[in-house]
Amino acid sequence: MAFKATLSRREFVKGTSGLLVAFSLTDSGVLPRLLAATPTETVDSPSPDRLDSWLQINPDGSVRVFTGKVEIGMGVETALAQIVAEELDVRPVQITFVMGDTSRTVDQGGVGGSTSIMLGAQPLRNAAATARQLLTELASRRLGVSPDQLEVRDGVVAVKGQSTRSISYGELAGAIDTNDVLKATGQGFALNVKGTGQPKDVSSYSVVGKSLPRVDMSPKILGQWQYVTDVRVPGMLHGRVVRPADTGAQLVSVEESSAREIPGYVKTVVKGNFVGVVAETEWAAMRAARALKVVWTQPEPVFPEQQHLYEQMRSVTPKSSKETLSKGEAATALSAAAKKVAAAYDWPFQSHATMGPGCAVADVRLDEVTTVWSGAQKPHALRKGFAELLGVPEAKVRVIWVEDAGSYGRPGFEDTAADAVLLSQAAGRPVRVQWSRADMTAWGAKGPAVVYDMAAGLDVRGEVTAFQFTSRAFSGGDIMYLPASAGNYLGAQLTGVRNTTGVDEFAQWGEGTMAYRFPNIHADAHVLPAFFATASPLRTTHLRDPEGPATTFAGESFLDEVAAAAEVDPIEFRLRYLDDERLRAALTTAAKTYGWVSRPSPQKLGSRADTATGRGVAIALRGGTRVATIAEVEVNRRTGALRVKRLVCVHDCGLIINPEALGGTIEANLIQSLSRSLKEEVAFDRSRVTSIDWNTYPVARSSDVPDRVEIVLLNHPEIAPTGAGEPSTRPTAAAINNAIFDATGARVRQAPLTPARVLAALRSSGPA
Amino acid sequence: MSPLALKVNGRAHMVDVDPQCPLLYVLRDNLALNNPRFGCGLGQCGACTVLLDGRAVRSCRLPVSLAAGKEILTLEGLGSEGNPHPVQRAFIDEQAFQCGYCLNGWVLTAKVLLEKNPHPTDAEIRSAFAGLVCRCGSHVGIFNAVRRAAQSGKAGA
Repeated sequence: MAFKATLSRREFVKGTSGLLVAFSLTDSGVLPRLLAATPTETVDSPSPDRLDSWLQINPDGSVRVFTGKVEIGMGVETALAQIVAEELDVRPVQITFVMGDTSRTVDQGGVGGSTSIMLGAQPLRNAAATARQLLTELASRRLGVSPDQLEVRDGVVAVKGQSTRSISYGELAGAIDTNDVLKATGQGFALNVKGTGQPKDVSSYSVVGKSLPRVDMSPKILGQWQYVTDVRVPGMLHGRVVRPADTGAQLVSVEESSAREIPGYVKTVVKGNFVGVVAETEWAAMRAARALKVVWTQPEPVFPEQQHLYEQMRSVTPKSSKETLSKGEAATALSAAAKKVAAAYDWPFQSHATMGPGCAVADVRLDEVTTVWSGAQKPHALRKGFAELLGVPEAKVRVIWVEDAGSYGRPGFEDTAADAVLLSQAAGRPVRVQWSRADMTAWGAKGPAVVYDMAAGLDVRGEVTAFQFTSRAFSGGDIMYLPASAGNYLGAQLTGVRNTTGVDEFAQWGEGTMAYRFPNIHADAHVLPAFFATASPLRTTHLRDPEGPATTFAGESFLDEVAAAAEVDPIEFRLRYLDDERLRAALTTAAKTYGWVSRPSPQKLGSRADTATGRGVAIALRGGTRVATIAEVEVNRRTGALRVKRLVCVHDCGLIINPEALGGTIEANLIQSLSRSLKEEVAFDRSRVTSIDWNTYPVARSSDVPDRVEIVLLNHPEIAPTGAGEPSTRPTAAAINNAIFDATGARVRQAPLTPARVLAALRSSGPA
Repeated sequence: MSPLALKVNGRAHMVDVDPQCPLLYVLRDNLALNNPRFGCGLGQCGACTVLLDGRAVRSCRLPVSLAAGKEILTLEGLGSEGNPHPVQRAFIDEQAFQCGYCLNGWVLTAKVLLEKNPHPTDAEIRSAFAGLVCRCGSHVGIFNAVRRAAQSGKAGA
C-alpha cells in the first residue's frame, strides 16, 4: 500500500483548527505509520499539555491517537485503543494510532518495565476523558440542553431519548480549544496529564475488558504489515558492518581492492575501529562486507575460560555493593538453627537473539533534519543519543519508530540504528543497515550472568528462622536501557566514544520482589566489573525483566530445597510465609487448576523405570503483578533428557483490558522463558562470543513445547492494571527445576537445565 | 548482472540481477515483496520461506537463477483481506502470534503440511515445524491454528 500521509508536523499544526484534523488522512493507520522525511527547520516533540498532542478527530469522526508508547508484539496498541474508546465513547475501530514518532508524539519514555498499560495509558485515558467532556459541553450549548441530558455513542452526541437531536464529534472538534487544557506532571514512564474530564468508573466499562482482536494481527497474517525492514527511501544505499575479529582488537588496515570489483559497491567507511560498507544493493553490500580484507590486532584475551566463569564471578572484587533487605538478625539465627540449608545457583549470559536481527534506515542531513527509522523501544531516547552522536541539537533529529521483530528490552536495534547513522553520515545518502544473525546473537548486548549464594535455617519444628541471600551480577545497566547517549551504542564505542552513562543495576532480593515473611532476613547484592569496558560483545543490559528470571530461578529453587529439608509440600510451605492475599490466591488457584496433591518433594519412587515424572511450583511478584506457575516434567534418568509436559500459569495484573490478548502474551512468555530455562546460554572463548546463530545459540523449537499450557487470568476490576510483558517470564525456570527435583531427587543449580546438567545432578544425588 | 524472468504470485517479472543473489533479496528489494523476511540468512529459522512449485524453500540460500521458470508464491499471494486463505483465516481466528516477524514461514509451512496431510497429529505438526523459529514463543497459538484449519476441512484447498 502506498503511503498517502505525507504531512509534516508543521503542516499539521498549520492546517489544524482546534481538535479537528483539517486534512482527511486516508491511510488506514493499521498499515503505514511512516511519514516521508519532509525537511523542516525543527522537529520538536509535541507538548504534553496540549490536548491535540494526544488525540485529534477527523471530520468523519475517526480519531487519531498519538503516543510515545510503541507496539513490540504484545498487543498494546489494541489495549490502548480500547482504553481511549472507552473514555471517548467511540468504537475502537474508529481509532488509529501514531506511535513513537518523535516529532508527532509526546516523550513517554518509550516501552519498558511492563509499564505501557500501567503508566503509559494514564495520560491517554485522562486526555480522552477531557476531550469527551469538552465535546459534550460544546454539544450541550449547540443543542441547547444540559450536558446531563446528553449521551454519546460511537462519537455522536445525542439528546437522551431523541436520537435525531444529535451532533457528531467530527462536527464539534474544530471548535475545541486544545491549548493549556491539560496539566502535565512527571516525565518519561511517569509522565501523566490531567484535565477537567473525569475518567469513567470501572463499573461502567463496556469496551475495556473485552477480547477484541488485535488490530495488527489480521494485516500481519495477510501479509500487509510493514516492519522497519520494509522502509525504503529515495536514494537509499544498503549498509553492512564488519566487527573486530577479537574483543578489544584495533584496526590495522582495510584493503578495499577486493570489494571495489563488486558491482554496486559504493564505499568503505572507517572511523576508528568502526568498519562498514555501503552499496547500491543489499547483495552487493553483503558481498563487499565479506570480501573486504580487514586486518585487526590480536589483543590479549579479555574473557575468562567459560568453564571458570562462575568461579571467577564469586572471587572478583565487586564494583559496588548494597544491602537490599535486612530484618532481625539473620546471621545469629542461622548459626542457632537446628537445620541449615545452603546452596549456590548460577545463571548465564543470555542473548535477546531477536527474530529479525535488527534493521534501521538513517538519512543524515547535518544542515537540515536527520531522520532515523528504527524499531527500538525508546525512540525519544534515541533522538537524544543520535543528536549527541552527530553533534547537532536535538531539534535537528527525528526518530520514527516502525515496528521491528519483538525486542524484549534493549537488544541491539539501538546499535543497528546508530550504525545506520554513522554510515549515512559518511556516505552522504540515506543508508539502510541490516544486521546479520551473528551481529545480533554475538554482538547485541546481553542479559547479565548472575551467581547467587543462599542459606536458610530451620528450627526443630521445621519453621524457617533465618534466610540469607547474596547475588553477584554483571550490571543490568552497563549499557543503559535508555539509549540516550552516544556512548550507549556499539558502533559509536568502536569509533572511540566511551560509555559514560552506565548504571549499577543489581540482582535484588528486596522490597517488591521478596514475598516471604521470614523472621530474620539478610540480603545483599553486588555488581561486578565488566570484563572489558568498550565495545565488548558481553556488555550487559536489559533482557526481558532485567535480572528477574535469574533471581526467581535461584530464589524459588532454593526455597524448594528448604521446603524439602522441612519435609513439607512446596505449596503448603510457601503459603505458610505469604501474607499477600492475591499471591496466595494465585498459588492456590494454580494448585487447584493443576490438580496438585499435597506431599513433600521429591516423590517416593515406586519403580526403577528410566523415566520419572514430577511437578514443581514457583511464584513471582513484579511491579504489582502476581504470578504462580506449575510445571510438570518427564525426566529420563539414564540420559538426563527432559521434557516439560505441562505448564499452568495463574496471572493477576489487576484490571484486565483484553483477556485474549493478555492470554496470548502470557502463553508466549511461558514458551520464551521455557526456552531460556532449558536451552539458552551465550557461549564464548577468551576473545569472542562464539554463539553466532541458531545452532550455536539454540532456542526452544516446536518439539520443546509442552503438550498442555493452561493460563488462568484472575481479574480484579477494582485494582488499577499492572504489567504483563515480563512478570510471567520469572517463575518458569524454577518451576521446571523444582519439577526435576520432584521427579528424581536431583537438584540442578545452574541454568539452562540441559540434559548434561540434569545427568550430573542425578549422578551426584546418588541412587534414587 | 543478467536479466531473469521470474513468476511470482501469478505475475511475470523481469529482473536484472546477479544470478547468484539469493531469491530473498530479489523478492524484497527488486519486487518489494516484503513478507519473505530476513531472519538468519543461514536457512536455520524459516522466516524467508517461499513456496517454489508448491514446496516450502528457504529463499535466503537459494540463488535466484534456480527459481527462474518456477511458480513462486509468497505470503502476499496466498490470500487477500476479502478472501483470506483458510490457513490464514485460522491463524487470524486464533490470534496466533506476538510480533509476527516469523509468521511468514509458519503460515506457508502450515499450508504445505495441510495440503499433504489434511488431518495431522500433534506429532506431525511439530515435526513439520521442526525447522522454524518463533522467538516470541507463540507456538501454542500456532499449533491451535493448524488444528483449527484442519478442522475447517478447507485448508488443503
